[in-house]
Amino acid sequence: MAQKDTLTGAEILLKALVDQGVEVLFGYPGGAVLPIYDELFKQNRLRHVLVRHEQAAVHAAEGYARSTGKVGCVLVTSGPGATNTITGLADALCDSIPVVCLTGQVPTHLIGNDAFQEADITGITRPCTKHNYLVKDTNQLARTVHEAFHVARSGRPGPVVIDLPKDVTQGPGEYQPPSRVKPKYKPQVKGDIRAIEQAVEIIANAKRPVFYVGGGVVNSGPAACQLLTQFVRMTGFPITLTLMGLGAFPASDPLFLGMLGMHGTYEANLAMHGCDVMINIGARFDDRVTGRLNAFAPESTKIHIDIDPSSINKNVAVDLSIVGDAAHVLEDLIKVWKARQCRADERALKAWWSRIEEWRAQDCLHYESSNKVIKPQYAIQRLYQLTRDRNPYICTEVGQHQMWAAQHFRFDRPNHWMTSGGLGTMGYGLPAAMGVQVAHPEALVIDIAGESSIQMNIQEMATLCQYRLPVKVFILNNQYMGMVRQWQELIHGGRYSESHMDSHPDFVKLADAFGAVGLRATKPGEVDDVIKEMLAVDRPVIVDMRTDASENCFPMIMPGMAHNEMVLGPEDRAMEKPGSEDDGMVLV
Amino acid sequence: MIKAVEEINRHTIAVLVDNEAGVLARVIGLFSGRGYNIESLTVAEVDPRNSLSRITIVTSGTRMIIEQIKNQLRRLVPVHKVSDLTLEGPQVSRELALVKVAGGGDKRVEALRIADVFRARAVDTTNESFVFEVVGATEKVDAFIKLMEPLGLVEVSRTGVAAIARGSNPL
Repeated sequence: MAQKDTLTGAEILLKALVDQGVEVLFGYPGGAVLPIYDELFKQNRLRHVLVRHEQAAVHAAEGYARSTGKVGCVLVTSGPGATNTITGLADALCDSIPVVCLTGQVPTHLIGNDAFQEADITGITRPCTKHNYLVKDTNQLARTVHEAFHVARSGRPGPVVIDLPKDVTQGPGEYQPPSRVKPKYKPQVKGDIRAIEQAVEIIANAKRPVFYVGGGVVNSGPAACQLLTQFVRMTGFPITLTLMGLGAFPASDPLFLGMLGMHGTYEANLAMHGCDVMINIGARFDDRVTGRLNAFAPESTKIHIDIDPSSINKNVAVDLSIVGDAAHVLEDLIKVWKARQCRADERALKAWWSRIEEWRAQDCLHYESSNKVIKPQYAIQRLYQLTRDRNPYICTEVGQHQMWAAQHFRFDRPNHWMTSGGLGTMGYGLPAAMGVQVAHPEALVIDIAGESSIQMNIQEMATLCQYRLPVKVFILNNQYMGMVRQWQELIHGGRYSESHMDSHPDFVKLADAFGAVGLRATKPGEVDDVIKEMLAVDRPVIVDMRTDASENCFPMIMPGMAHNEMVLGPEDRAMEKPGSEDDGMVLV
Repeated sequence: MIKAVEEINRHTIAVLVDNEAGVLARVIGLFSGRGYNIESLTVAEVDPRNSLSRITIVTSGTRMIIEQIKNQLRRLVPVHKVSDLTLEGPQVSRELALVKVAGGGDKRVEALRIADVFRARAVDTTNESFVFEVVGATEKVDAFIKLMEPLGLVEVSRTGVAAIARGSNPL
């Protein structure tokens, strides 16, 4: 069919994907992408993982991307196949995860005719992607794919959609290798050296400094994390990480104060509140981190290093901004610091650390242990202790279990923590874990879940079984949408409106039905044995941990409160206030 | 910080973009999605050889919001250049309006007289109506339309603002 030098669109597409280093596609076939699936059938360079729902395909690609640093790739059909990816795309946009999503489309002559399984996908995905393309000419296909991968991985990473009309993938066209495509999109990676010198000066004169570091450093790569660790240790300053930044700096290092923000540690939030110099690298002053803005780190000089200029001065006005890639900027910071033979102010720093140690002595993650019911924190601590030597990849769903995992699991390396931070997508963890396990077949991959979240993409258990992906699903089952219940208890007078599910599946039987292994623990004494049994099984496992239903996640900065107004535990309710500011601004 | 009462200013922003499908939707979607104002927006191809279009946006906001708008625009992949003409020195900004005035007698004479003062041209004339073409800064066009109101104003069509920096330097 194809003449010499010309290929079909589907052939061009697969060739371009291979040239972009794609090894695996997460997808689901349908009418509009049949030419592509036919081509996939004829080759063996690209692996295809058949998911059970398109949303899961995107989360799987996110897990794959986040754990490898590569671009994740998705292939779905037109109409409903494509609309099902929206949540995943929005999630990847919020958390800056590089994903290329190939969507089928009706043939070009039918676009706009309300054809069967037609949806305006470039229109629908415009606000939830970094960029998107509709390919109308087979000759433009290769160029578009190369550009899409470049856009997805460069600068602040993000999801890119390529909409592929059926006639474009069927028709003939010419292939262009990546070397023939000059990218137009060139974000700034080197920071302004004068600003970096100014930053060094501010850092060297700091009395009460803190590093506040986010997912941007993880996205920048392992080199950036190493440089960060080096620089932080050179200064001897305390460092706190955001939810997305966990692993960028070793949690076992005494300089690490833990996570900050709404469920962050007492010492991290008070260090933020009391600091005189804040060095933000790759974080975005998210509302879950800052608390009430007009009381946020009131006495601090703020330095903000970010690859995305639109993150700077968005929520919080800063004193010095450096636009650039974290690795490049950190390298320059270290260079200037060394060249000028800078020293931190030892005396001031010592006094600062002694205050921090007082806060640390509060032991804010402490909880009332029990020998009758399984405390969720206990279950996670045991999971951490029994798996840490295997350096596991941890995914989570969204809610209390996610915060407890962030608080009680300790990460010494980047790319081992996959969670939905920005969008807060229940149902993220299981498919993300699937993507991680595909990328790391030999590794231990655990999805820490809640019984409600897990049911949002539970169908992917079938995918795990089909591909023999031995993901361990660790459900903290408290019979409630725990975080909703917690807010209703603390803020809405204990009126538990629709946060309790009277009927849950029997997760052990459910695992069995899927062809996985189901385990259950109902008493603290059973926790270790169940975890050990879970680890011994070389198949997908669902663990049903029956935990204390009334346990709340502390510490907590109530909505609308400041970093120094944390609630430390159930008995510390005095500071509770309604969730709205004096000027009527509603806080979520 | 967020509560500090800040001055809201009007800015004219020039944006050079690839002339491709959906680029205007991206810009407009950005403004609606993030809650920014658009007071005026014009767009046309200005460089056919490189297939570039120029979008001129008049918007208003605090200093922080205006900075955000520019940074968010720069983040769009098909955007080549974003220039805040209001900040970057003196600029010329012009708008064209077609103004339809109907009526007879003294009002008709008065309309013609005012049009002359504003150097507006009558581009269509019937026994009962004129269509005037008036060009100038937004304030001049506003003033002309206001004066036409009592004289039988029936319809207005405006182009929105086209703006360019003074001097020899390009965008």
